Amino acid sequence: MLEQFEQLLSQNDIFNLATLMHYWGGFVTTIQLVFLSLVIGAVIALPLGILRTSKNPWISKPIWIYVYIFRGTPLIVQLFLIYYGTAQIEGIKGTWLWENILAEAFYPCLIAFVLNTAAYTTEIIRGAIENTSKGEIEAAKAYGMSWAVRMRRVILPSAFRRALPAYANEVIFMLHASAIASVVTIVDLTGAARDIYSRYYAPFDAFLFVAAIYLCITFTLIFTFRHIENKVLAHLKPLSH
Amino acid sequence: MLDLQGYGPSILGGALLTVEVAILSLLLAVFLGLLGGLAKISSNPILNGIATVYTTLIRGVPDLVLMMLIFFGGQMMMNNLSDWLYTKFEVDVFFNVNEFTAGVITIGFIFGAYMAETFRGAFQSVELGQIEAGKAYGMTPWQIFSRIMFPQMMRHALPGIGNNWLVLLKTTALVSVIGLSDMVRLASEAAKATHQPFLFLLPVIFGFLLMTALSEWGLKMLERKYSAGVVKG
Repeated sequence: MLEQFEQLLSQNDIFNLATLMHYWGGFVTTIQLVFLSLVIGAVIALPLGILRTSKNPWISKPIWIYVYIFRGTPLIVQLFLIYYGTAQIEGIKGTWLWENILAEAFYPCLIAFVLNTAAYTTEIIRGAIENTSKGEIEAAKAYGMSWAVRMRRVILPSAFRRALPAYANEVIFMLHASAIASVVTIVDLTGAARDIYSRYYAPFDAFLFVAAIYLCITFTLIFTFRHIENKVLAHLKPLSH
Repeated sequence: MLDLQGYGPSILGGALLTVEVAILSLLLAVFLGLLGGLAKISSNPILNGIATVYTTLIRGVPDLVLMMLIFFGGQMMMNNLSDWLYTKFEVDVFFNVNEFTAGVITIGFIFGAYMAETFRGAFQSVELGQIEAGKAYGMTPWQIFSRIMFPQMMRHALPGIGNNWLVLLKTTALVSVIGLSDMVRLASEAAKATHQPFLFLLPVIFGFLLMTALSEWGLKMLERKYSAGVVKG
């Protein structure tokens, strides 16, 4: 089996086992980066999104500023700022934090991605919370539910469902944005394609192959989310006959 | 004004380049988007298929990958084309794919796909009766498009175009990766050279926020213009 595969590979110059392993390594890095950023970003975004709907301007305005700045500027600039910026903080070199975390390109990149996706997700959650129908909140209040109980039992469960289509877009956006990691020496999928392009000077083979991989991941995500949406939004579907 | 250790003027020049790239790609994107949108609502299955493949493929691949494909691959394709032209017709021409063209073409091409979706929705929101009335007046297809379709669909398309424009503006920062000396590249190089990332990158962030704020204001004005005579419920 493997021999046949090798024979198939030997028919072309570029896609040998070594390059395929290089792509595989890039694939793993991309998935790690995107997955970690999305999970940590969502954990940060949930409280921020809830607090963003607060009526107290001292709570909601700072969050608005954070969201506005991170949504209004390119991710690549945020990445540069964190990647070059952390190295310049006084006395950080030699500390445990620097030696173990920040010196590798992966973590500054992860921080930038997390802050970016958290800003977008905060806005999605805010929108979903604010679109809760008034009647539901009134009913919860009439039952004597406190703010926390209301949030937990009534508002958030339906808000998550409403947020799902927009969040699916954000996941795909994050996957595509993660290609920027290759700019700061990380060998993700795009980084692997760049390496292979420069070694063989074959732009079409290197980039079209990686484009196809991204396309496959995108479609997998779209179908997964559509499946989840069909399940959790089933009660909103128009009745057929 | 802002000297920034002598880097100020060149970074400001980079900002102009960013705006230039953004506006040219927007024009290309609107053009492609109109074609794509028209193809998507047409009854011709071939046009329909091409447009669907275009919008699906482009939206499934990261912009950076497409940009590298067009920048690195485009030059090779153009070289092959000039070789072919030389051997076939003995015409000696050379096409140069520089960072600027590659950037504008890629961004225009990508956002053309998003615009096509926007325009498709907007075309469909123009009442069929309006177009029939145009036909009844004996208007040519172009007259129907320019006098009836376009002014009415712009109102529906503007919010979508506005969103696309704001995303496009940020995407222009990617041209710095393929080597165009835009605001982002100049500032990050200055940051690397002087070891003062905050001094150079914070002005870039303000630059983008300023452009975003100006665009939002401009879009509001445009939306007011195209919503003339619409009574909001």
